[in-house]
Amino acid sequence: MIEIRDLTKTFEEHLVLNGVNLTINKGETMVIIGRSGCGKSVLLKHLIGLMKPDRGEVRIDGLDVTGLSGAELDAVRLKMGMLFQGAALFDSMTVEDNVGFALREHARMEQPAIAQRVTECLSLVGLSGVGDLRPSELSGGMRKRVGLARAIANNPELILYDEPTTGIDPIMGDIINDLIIALRDRLKMTSVVVTHDMRSAYKVADRMAMLYNGTIIEVGTPEQIRQSSNPVVQQFIKGEAAGPIQEGMPDRRILSQWRWRPKPTITRGSA
Amino acid sequence: MISRLTAPLAVAGAWAVELLDYAGHLGILFVRSLGGCVAKPLRPQAIFYEVWKIGIQSWLIVAVASLFIGMVLAFQSAYQMQRLAAEIYIASLVSLSVVREIGPVMTALIVAGRVGSSIAAELGTMKVTEQLDALMTLATDPVRYLVVPRLIAILIALPILTLWADALGILGGFVIGTMKLGILPSLYWKMATLPLVFKDLGSGLLKSCVFALIICIVSCFEGFRTEGGAEGVGRSTTVAVVASFILIIATDCLITAMFYFIWR
Repeated sequence: MIEIRDLTKTFEEHLVLNGVNLTINKGETMVIIGRSGCGKSVLLKHLIGLMKPDRGEVRIDGLDVTGLSGAELDAVRLKMGMLFQGAALFDSMTVEDNVGFALREHARMEQPAIAQRVTECLSLVGLSGVGDLRPSELSGGMRKRVGLARAIANNPELILYDEPTTGIDPIMGDIINDLIIALRDRLKMTSVVVTHDMRSAYKVADRMAMLYNGTIIEVGTPEQIRQSSNPVVQQFIKGEAAGPIQEGMPDRRILSQWRWRPKPTITRGSA
Repeated sequence: MISRLTAPLAVAGAWAVELLDYAGHLGILFVRSLGGCVAKPLRPQAIFYEVWKIGIQSWLIVAVASLFIGMVLAFQSAYQMQRLAAEIYIASLVSLSVVREIGPVMTALIVAGRVGSSIAAELGTMKVTEQLDALMTLATDPVRYLVVPRLIAILIALPILTLWADALGILGGFVIGTMKLGILPSLYWKMATLPLVFKDLGSGLLKSCVFALIICIVSCFEGFRTEGGAEGVGRSTTVAVVASFILIIATDCLITAMFYFIWR
């Protein structure tokens, strides 16, 4: 179980997380939704100890990871896997080396056993036979799936997904969604998914939480979120420009005064 | 009036704090890297690959530059020595300057430009594409995994390249001395090697080891602190090279003074 208590993080006086409280149960898929730049990825990075909070704690099975460092933190990280938004594959290595990285570095396994495990993980994400390719030779969707294979190679108990469907076509996005569901059902992994893709969120979530202005403003099942009476949640899940969320909206005064103007004449060669 | 006086002080103070902060971060990375050097496993394959890469990247340019500098040194000293009819001392002058000073410094500057920039760019790209974060999520310390092999490799490769530069620099002087200034080859060789003592070679190699540390730590540090995409990678690469150049020249002055005053 993951317990996030009063998690606060500031970047140069910009308060990104403002006392986040959230509990994620073992074996469930929790989807954290929110606008781009609202701090979802920052929250995810706190769970795996990539960032230290200004205040608050993240307890994973009772152990506060925010106070850990060195070998203790590495031991916790080995129980986790993370899929990065851009996959973050090591471009100096082949796909096979990427997927088998944690096994080679940390597991006491012989090379043939590692190779077999890598093949299994690649097959699981539907990418058999690409082990010798370099990340630069893969498409965006393939890179995400290799990233997923790398994240699960070590058989983690908890897997973190940072925008798993962003930047890939809808069909590939749905394949990734199916993989997230399959991993939860078959491998009984606890999953935390950060996304603003509502189609994906509804499909994979057991529960959802919405992050807004640095705090969790709503938690519930996909159905409860759909029925939420909170206007901020409703505006976000319906993807409407009109509503209480107004940050980043165009200046309506200038927009209303915007008129077509003739293209200025450019004289070539006049010095 | 007071603000006029205090403003430059405030700027100087802020600059000093920034400089100390930079030095502190370099120091921390240095200590962590040294710790990584004594911890196991050391990844000998990665070290060997880095030594090979540094050697391949730099041996030719070091050879060409050293050869020409040896030649230029011989020509420049010939102006003065011919007036005193002491052309024979050109050999000693060239060999001593190359082994003590020009070999280590020039090789370090070339390696800082070629290898230091590539280290900063590689680690910087890894930083902005979240590969360093990925490494940490896979329970691997980037300092031990990325810095330590490079540090050991450059500590091996730079002294070897320095010896290579010394040899080519002396050869450059030899070519001009024997073919243009009419010194007998055997005499030139004798005069070139006669004044060389272990201290000369030792100080040159000590310098190259210190320069190796500077290049690696500065470049890795700049790579690790890269922010902001392609522009950030470019900035880190430039800063890594400029900072390495300044530190190499400053440290060279310090080591030379140390040898002059302490080990005469």
